[in-house]
Order: sequence, then C-alpha cells, then structure tokens
Amino acid sequence: MGDYIFNGVLYLIAIGFLIFSFVKDKKKTKMALKKAWKAFENLLPMLLGIIIVVGIIIAILNPQMIAKLIGKNSGFLGVLILAVIGAVALIPGFIAFPTAALLLNAGAGYMQIGAFISTLMMVGVITIPLEITYFGKKVTIIRNILAFAFSFLVAFVIGKVVG
Amino acid sequence: MKIFKRYLFFIIALVLLGIVFIFNVSMGIKAVSTLTYSLKEMAMVLPPIFILLGLLDVWISKEKMMKYVGEGSGIKGIIIVFIIGSVAAGPLYAAFPVAAVLMKKGAKFSNVLIFIGAWSTTKIPMFLFEMSSMGAKFAITRLLIDIPGIIIIAYAIYFMISKKERERIYRLDAKNPDTI
Repeated sequence: MGDYIFNGVLYLIAIGFLIFSFVKDKKKTKMALKKAWKAFENLLPMLLGIIIVVGIIIAILNPQMIAKLIGKNSGFLGVLILAVIGAVALIPGFIAFPTAALLLNAGAGYMQIGAFISTLMMVGVITIPLEITYFGKKVTIIRNILAFAFSFLVAFVIGKVVG
Repeated sequence: MKIFKRYLFFIIALVLLGIVFIFNVSMGIKAVSTLTYSLKEMAMVLPPIFILLGLLDVWISKEKMMKYVGEGSGIKGIIIVFIIGSVAAGPLYAAFPVAAVLMKKGAKFSNVLIFIGAWSTTKIPMFLFEMSSMGAKFAITRLLIDIPGIIIIAYAIYFMISKKERERIYRLDAKNPDTI
C-alpha cells in the first residue's frame, strides 16, 4: 500500500544521495556509512528484545478479546482500556489500521478507537528504556504522559466528529 | 561481558518466548509470526533511514543545521522539522537516533521534540494508509488535532525542563560515541 511506495521512495532518495555523496567525496561517504552502521548497531540489541516482547503481547491480546471490552457503549472505561493497550503495544501501522477497522466492524466505538490509534502512535511504554538512552528519564516520562493525556482529547474530538 | 550486558534484554525476551511456547504452542507460533513481520518491517525500513542519517551527519555542518532549525530559527525551523518528520517512514524508535544527530548538530530542543511528534503521528505514508482503512473523516480529523497538539506538547516539555537538564541531554547524545 502507501507505505510500500514511500519505503521505495525512501530507498531511491537514500541511494541517490549516497551516489551523489560518493562522487563528491569517497572518504566522507565511507565515514557516513560507518556512522550509519554504528548507529544501527547501537539500536539493535534493545530493538530485537522489544520486537520479541511485542510479538508475545500481540499473541496474547487477540482482536476478539479486545472487541468484547470496548464496545460502542463502553464509554470512558472503553476509552481508557484502549488507550492503555495502545500505549503499551507497539504494533506496526500496517497491522494497526486494519485491526482498528476490524474492531470498528466488530462494534467498537469511534471514540475508543481514536484513543487506541493515538496512544499507539504517540506513546511507547515498551520503548521507554530506549527513549531514555537518547532523551534522559525526565523528558521521556513527561513526553509519554503528555502524549497519553492528549490522546483523550483526540478521542473525544474524533468521537464527536466521526462517531 | 559488555556485549552480554547489551544483549541481556534480548536474551530475557528470548527466554520469555520460550516460556510462552512451553505453555501454549499455538500462542508461541502466533508470537513468532508477528515478530517475523516486525523484523521484516525493520529490515525494510531501517537501511535507508540510517544511510540518510550517516550522510546527514557527515555533510550538514553544525552551522547550517543551527541556521535552519537551531535557536532563533523560528517558524521556519518548526516547518522544516515537521516536514522531515512527516516524510519519514518507520516506527518511532527509528526516530531516536535521527533526533540524536539533530541535537548533536545544534537543533533547538523544541524542534527536536516537534520532529519526534511529527514522526510519531503525522507521517504521510501512514496518513494515506489511515485514510484507506479508517476513512477520510477519521484520518483528517486526527491530523488536524495532532498538528497543534504536537507543537503544544513539544513546547510544554521544553518549558518544563531546566536548561541544565537540556544541556545534559545534548551532552548525552554528543558524548556517547555509540549514538553516533
């Protein structure tokens, strides 16, 4: 879908710049690739762990189970449950949106789904340890709390406009 | 020993996965299929991001970065980081190393936070996908609240932390050779 096209475009841009860089200065290009590898290697170990934990969580929480808890009339409790799940989960967009659409069909409310999508994208409880290594404890925690609170506003507006 | 420590979390996760398999094989298989998907996503999305990140670090001087998104870059700086964050592809964790480079090069902290916010929610590829699966009304409503929300959250954090803490974070990212 859209994501694949953009990913392809991203590759084209990266390769284009890489060739341009190589033509202009081989040494600098080599250094850039070295730095790229180092940054990647730094991210890798924690990332692998996170991916496994997410796989386990998604396996435990199946859509049917979620749909039961967050029906249209679940009100604030439904919003809260989905906001928490969204905050903890780290589901790739390709899975998240079809899952959300599925939940809507299964009877979930727009407000509840709005909360889910919003916290899913903005809040990352599982990646907090990783975020801390880049931003420190204080900023990471404040950012996640503010994003979590903001998601309720998003949910409310979506519930009013779409629901 | 250092390598072991770095991979400790990964090892714990592997053990957890093993435990899931022991208790419920089908659940374990489901977990593996999800994580295979995530690994594929990671393998597809990360290489170009990291190549661009390396090139950015080598070619864009600190002076240039400061001019465009540093202190005093004003609204222009906000728009630039919003665009950089929105054209990105990939999950939020991939944004952190890029943010580290921005900080190292002297980007204003509020702009780095806006960049993180944009990467997390206003990504164009994600928006297109959201439109097709959730409907235009849902996607556009969310985008319209998120844009001011991201800026407000960024400035709220910016004003909530002290200058000293901010400088500590910048040093954290500049000093650690591993974060580039």
